[in-house]
Amino acid sequence: MKYLDEYRDKEKTELLIEQIEKKVTRPWSLMEICGGQTHSIMKSGLDQLLPPEINLIHGPGCPVCVTPLELIDKAISLASMPEIIFCSYGDMLRVPGSVGNLFSVRAAGGDVRIIYSPLDALRIAKNNPEKEVIFFGIGFETTAPANAMAVFQAKTQGVENFSILVSHVTVPPAIRAILESPEVNVDGFLAAGHVCAVMGYWEYEPIAKKYQTPIVVTGFEPVDLARGILNCIQLLEEGKIGVENAYPRYVQQQGNLEAQKLIKSVFEICDRKWRGIGNIPMSGYRLNEDYEKFDAERKFSGIQEIQTNESSVCISGEILQGIKKPDECSEFGSRCTPEFPIGATMVSDEGACAAYFRYGRMKLSRTNF
Amino acid sequence: MCLGVPGKVIELYEVNGMKMGKVDFGGAIKEACFEYLPEIEVGSYAIIHVGFGLSEVDEEEVEKTYELFREIESFSEKLPDPKK
Amino acid sequence: MANKLNLENWVCPLPLKNYPTVVMGHGSGGKMMNDLIQHLFLPAYNNKSLNQMGDSAVLNLSGLGEGAGRLAFSTDSFVVSPLFFPGGNIGELAVHGTVNDLAMVGAKPLFLSVGYILEEGLPMETLGKITESLANACELAGVQMVTGDTKVVHKGQGDGIYINTSGIGLIPGNIDIGPTLAKVGDAVIVNGTMGDHGMAVLSVREGFEFESVIESDTAALNGLVDTILEVTKDVHCLRDATRGGMVAALNEIANSSNIGIEFDEDLVPVNPAVHSACEFLGLDPFYVANEGKMIVIVPEEQAGSVIEVMRQHPLGKNAVQIGRIVEDHPKMVLAKTGIGGMRIVDWPTGELLPRIC
Repeated sequence: MKYLDEYRDKEKTELLIEQIEKKVTRPWSLMEICGGQTHSIMKSGLDQLLPPEINLIHGPGCPVCVTPLELIDKAISLASMPEIIFCSYGDMLRVPGSVGNLFSVRAAGGDVRIIYSPLDALRIAKNNPEKEVIFFGIGFETTAPANAMAVFQAKTQGVENFSILVSHVTVPPAIRAILESPEVNVDGFLAAGHVCAVMGYWEYEPIAKKYQTPIVVTGFEPVDLARGILNCIQLLEEGKIGVENAYPRYVQQQGNLEAQKLIKSVFEICDRKWRGIGNIPMSGYRLNEDYEKFDAERKFSGIQEIQTNESSVCISGEILQGIKKPDECSEFGSRCTPEFPIGATMVSDEGACAAYFRYGRMKLSRTNF
Repeated sequence: MCLGVPGKVIELYEVNGMKMGKVDFGGAIKEACFEYLPEIEVGSYAIIHVGFGLSEVDEEEVEKTYELFREIESFSEKLPDPKK
Repeated sequence: MANKLNLENWVCPLPLKNYPTVVMGHGSGGKMMNDLIQHLFLPAYNNKSLNQMGDSAVLNLSGLGEGAGRLAFSTDSFVVSPLFFPGGNIGELAVHGTVNDLAMVGAKPLFLSVGYILEEGLPMETLGKITESLANACELAGVQMVTGDTKVVHKGQGDGIYINTSGIGLIPGNIDIGPTLAKVGDAVIVNGTMGDHGMAVLSVREGFEFESVIESDTAALNGLVDTILEVTKDVHCLRDATRGGMVAALNEIANSSNIGIEFDEDLVPVNPAVHSACEFLGLDPFYVANEGKMIVIVPEEQAGSVIEVMRQHPLGKNAVQIGRIVEDHPKMVLAKTGIGGMRIVDWPTGELLPRIC
């Protein structure tokens, strides 16, 4: 596949790693923001090929993992109602609520459908006028344009039986929260490439300056990741602070202005609770006044709610902030596995715990081969 | 969080007033929405996420990246490793 | 392959012709069911044992094969949706699945049973097409359908048609193949591209178009197994890579034999269209179901000749060694990644979910 296979090339990755080895003189901790980046690192084994001075910390960029428990429980309640068709991205179905998950709702007879694009959910609403269709609108800024378009089209086309349950979260406030936390020690960030393709990276400049931490916009394939890491190490070793772009084939500083325009006209910024971390002010999107009637939370405010009950042993929050690694959890690999996840970070493939479990349970190091 | 896959735009048309198109992902063809890439043309490559084109490939930057690699390659061949 | 049934005219079966769809009466043991059997199933499967119409099939085992000391017996149920997909349908799947289960223990598949659970309202034409495919698959695989059963459930209680097949085969005395028998140093071989069947079915459900259509690889593997056994009887394991894909099969062997497996990702053949479709949905082709692919575990010194003979068979054209059995990390499967790292290739967990992340 063009523009994909070239960035998985072994020789190019090795070249970049060689450059990293030459540049690095002391230990550095880098946080990759995006769950997709964690997944790619673990699946390709890139972390094993990097010099031991580089410690990769897995950040909170997993919208599946950080969707608050209350919202998962609400989704489960709504999906269980007979007149509702509940549409969701595939990754959400296995996320544990307080009791069960969307899969178990489906097993009990609920109409839960996996969709690939939010426009598919809109289509389902148009084809089923006698039912209410709710779409689980989760994601970071990357997914916001798609979710916004679905709602915008619903309004434009007068599709009254469509609404979305919003759980959008944004990256810059999360980076700030992590840098504010005394427990976290991050020297540099690898910013999420596709979030930046939408939002640009101008928002990161004040953050880099305030916290004196370099931020490098980075892609997802091994070559892109290695390039981002090299760029970040170069900045750190040379004592330079700033924001650089290691994913220029898709990302420009201003981002995608058309997408940002629609996001602004459909959503407004709000406080958001991040599962395992807590409330981060101004870190989420919700539908604004103009789109109130498409907001499932407001539309279905009278429903019977589940008693929210988070597991006390789960340390997802500390893992999402990079304070602990998955294998430091007492339940990791024993009571908590992808088949029987206790917390959200074990569920989706790019949750740090699942990625660790699936790809790196053994402590494989470069000396093994 | 962002499974974005690059694909080639092979057809463009309108559906319900929205700019849509057919995208070829190395042999698998699927429809995507291009409301966010109004300037895109047939034959270009774009990154597609949940059925939406979010960014067009900047071919100039791709070429620059290859340049960078050629530089690194020749550089690493010429100089000895200062650490060794 | 000649049509066993004249689906155009239903020449003889006048009573069947009166029923364009399956109704409850077809499963209730009376005349209607008898008509279905006489005019559809018997002509399709056509063999002496079945034609006896006893409650059980009586099978003469004498003279069937060398040794004939051990019986292999397997059962499998088929609930695939959609019923028809590129490259096949539920009928041939039902034969291949059970035939392959028998072949994977080194048995020569001989006799199958078929149990149909039909949903009221299923078009008779659909049932005819599926039965014909099923019968053709039996003939190609060299097995006989000797006994069967039919039930009908109310509309809404089935998915068109569910099929169960059970099968019997004989294992020659000098063959010993099983999941516990992999040995350190053995070669791990596959017979072709991974992920075709699952992606063929998914492509219909997801509305993918493909430049070159992805077809299911559904096939009976007993012929290919025979060619391998002609080269060497010293085959340690055979495992068909069905649900859970190649990864499930490798983990099953690693677990049962208590050894480790290491393979090279780059060596596993994958159809480019399957690779693309998987990328798009965020799926890993190594975890996607196959219906005509198997893992072959043989001593390292036999690998060359086994692969050579496999490549001469239509179902083994892309046969290749992808890895080996190792002493390290027993019960775990590891893979060398494209960039030279190593990753654990763990059991699949539950349903394969398309990702957005």
